[in-house]
Amino acid sequence: MTSALTSSSDSGPTITFEGVRIGFDGRDILRAVSFQVQERETLVLLGETGMGKTLSLKLAAGLLRPSKGNIQVLGRDVSGMAERDLLAFRRQIGFVFQEGALFDSMTVGENVAYRLHEDRVKGDEVELRVREVLRFVELEHTMDLFPSELSGGMRRRVSIARALINQPSIVLYDSPTAGLDPVTSQTIITLILRLRDVFGVTALLATQRLQDGFALANFRFDAASKRVVRRVSNGNAPGEARMAATRFLVLRDGGVYFEGGQEELVNTKDEYLKRFLV
Amino acid sequence: MFLTRGYASDSGFVPQEFSETADEQVLVADTPLQVAGREDETEPQITVAGVLVNALKGAVADVQDYAMLCGRTMVTLVTPPYYLQDVLQQMDSIGAGSLPIILLSGFFIGAVMVLQTGAQFTRFGQTSLTGDVVAIALVRELGPSLTGLLVTGRCATGIASELGSMLVTEQVDAMRAMGTDPVRKLVAPRVIATLLTLPLLTAMTDFMGLMGGCVASVFSLRLTAVEFWRRAIDALDFADLMQRFTKPFFFAFILATIGCYKGLTVRGGTQGVGRATTQAAVLSSVMIIVADAFLTKVALYFADKLF
Repeated sequence: MTSALTSSSDSGPTITFEGVRIGFDGRDILRAVSFQVQERETLVLLGETGMGKTLSLKLAAGLLRPSKGNIQVLGRDVSGMAERDLLAFRRQIGFVFQEGALFDSMTVGENVAYRLHEDRVKGDEVELRVREVLRFVELEHTMDLFPSELSGGMRRRVSIARALINQPSIVLYDSPTAGLDPVTSQTIITLILRLRDVFGVTALLATQRLQDGFALANFRFDAASKRVVRRVSNGNAPGEARMAATRFLVLRDGGVYFEGGQEELVNTKDEYLKRFLV
Repeated sequence: MFLTRGYASDSGFVPQEFSETADEQVLVADTPLQVAGREDETEPQITVAGVLVNALKGAVADVQDYAMLCGRTMVTLVTPPYYLQDVLQQMDSIGAGSLPIILLSGFFIGAVMVLQTGAQFTRFGQTSLTGDVVAIALVRELGPSLTGLLVTGRCATGIASELGSMLVTEQVDAMRAMGTDPVRKLVAPRVIATLLTLPLLTAMTDFMGLMGGCVASVFSLRLTAVEFWRRAIDALDFADLMQRFTKPFFFAFILATIGCYKGLTVRGGTQGVGRATTQAAVLSSVMIIVADAFLTKVALYFADKLF
């Protein structure tokens, strides 16, 4: 990744949900969800299973349409766009699926190169760019392996590499650490930190693990020393000027139960929220 | 106006007065077992009429979704981009892969027909007519339908399970997230490949059937091979060939689109994939037989009017 990631020039919110409603089989999963994600901000979506975290990400990418409400991403109305326009639009967004969702009939290299092949990029450049992103996730040596030959954590990393190949300004992470051991989870979080702090990616991250969110809020990736270091303050220190804050959003029973920063969440008196903090 | 499948707002399951904004939402409980915000919902009453109406709605929605998939597939067949490599891959898997079963089944079907009809013809001393019977039955009817059914058993199920597995492991969503239309990338190549290979496979069935018939005639009815082939070729006219050439295209379209449709509408994880695979096999087999009856009627009508 040689060039800086492209991001929208306007400083308004990158992702906006307004009164979004969606449901299946006679049951609403999201009823009236509204929130905004600012440019370069990381919004951590928390909630128990079945509360609509994955659904929110899929809505943001236009993979599903809300039955009511409005979703704006990068200034475009995703909820009202035709599928044909959406296909082109989604190339600006990276999506990391929960289990990686790698194409199992293709090698790791082909998986990562998929988007480039679609765009008819020339062979040499494809090889170069694929090696570059795979090096970024430290998996260059797995290029010719099939996804079934990789461990769960490696598959997630390949999935992140695949989402990055087009240098998107928004990355949507669906439970990137679910089902992984603490050490592997840490590797994934470090990758997400690097993406955010080195390339200024706006992120929507769904997770059940609050510690992932805290790690994102409390640490930053220092490009100079290539290490993860503790943040001095939440985006206010001089060295961290271009870093946006990490915010938390708790989904419960179809609505937004809590929205705010780490301090508010940690100091909450709410019994339901306290269950996340245990 | 399209039907939407069992969606909450349509069924009246969610009360209208439920608050629309997050701010207005009333939080009721804080204990883990109690679920907030749903207390004013009532369980829908189950009635016979309700179940029937829902089943009918489901069936109509199925037909509608299938028709939409077919329509979108048609559009992708005539507009770029095309995935030629995928088409070739599928042709190899559907066409070349089905060849062994087609060759074997074709040969033995022809042989069985001679053995079954030969005894009857022997009674009238007209054993040479077996050539006519095998040719007409195979070319008009058994060739296309048998090939259609055999390829359904092998490929419609394969397509449904492959696409179904891709769907449940979110690979289809991943494809869409990367800006690829799954209909174009997954459905169209399979439909094109089946459309191109099934007529060729049918030709192989016909040929192997006649070969089988010939071998059986020579060994069990003491006919000469030349006599069998001469009668077989003479028995066929252009109308028979017309049936032979049109049916496989329809059968190919049916088996490929039903396989894809069932695969892309899997619900309920791996168990759902198994169910979809079975349904794809059953549904496309039945549809091929039904379509066969109608196509035969149409073909006979045209044969009568035109030739």
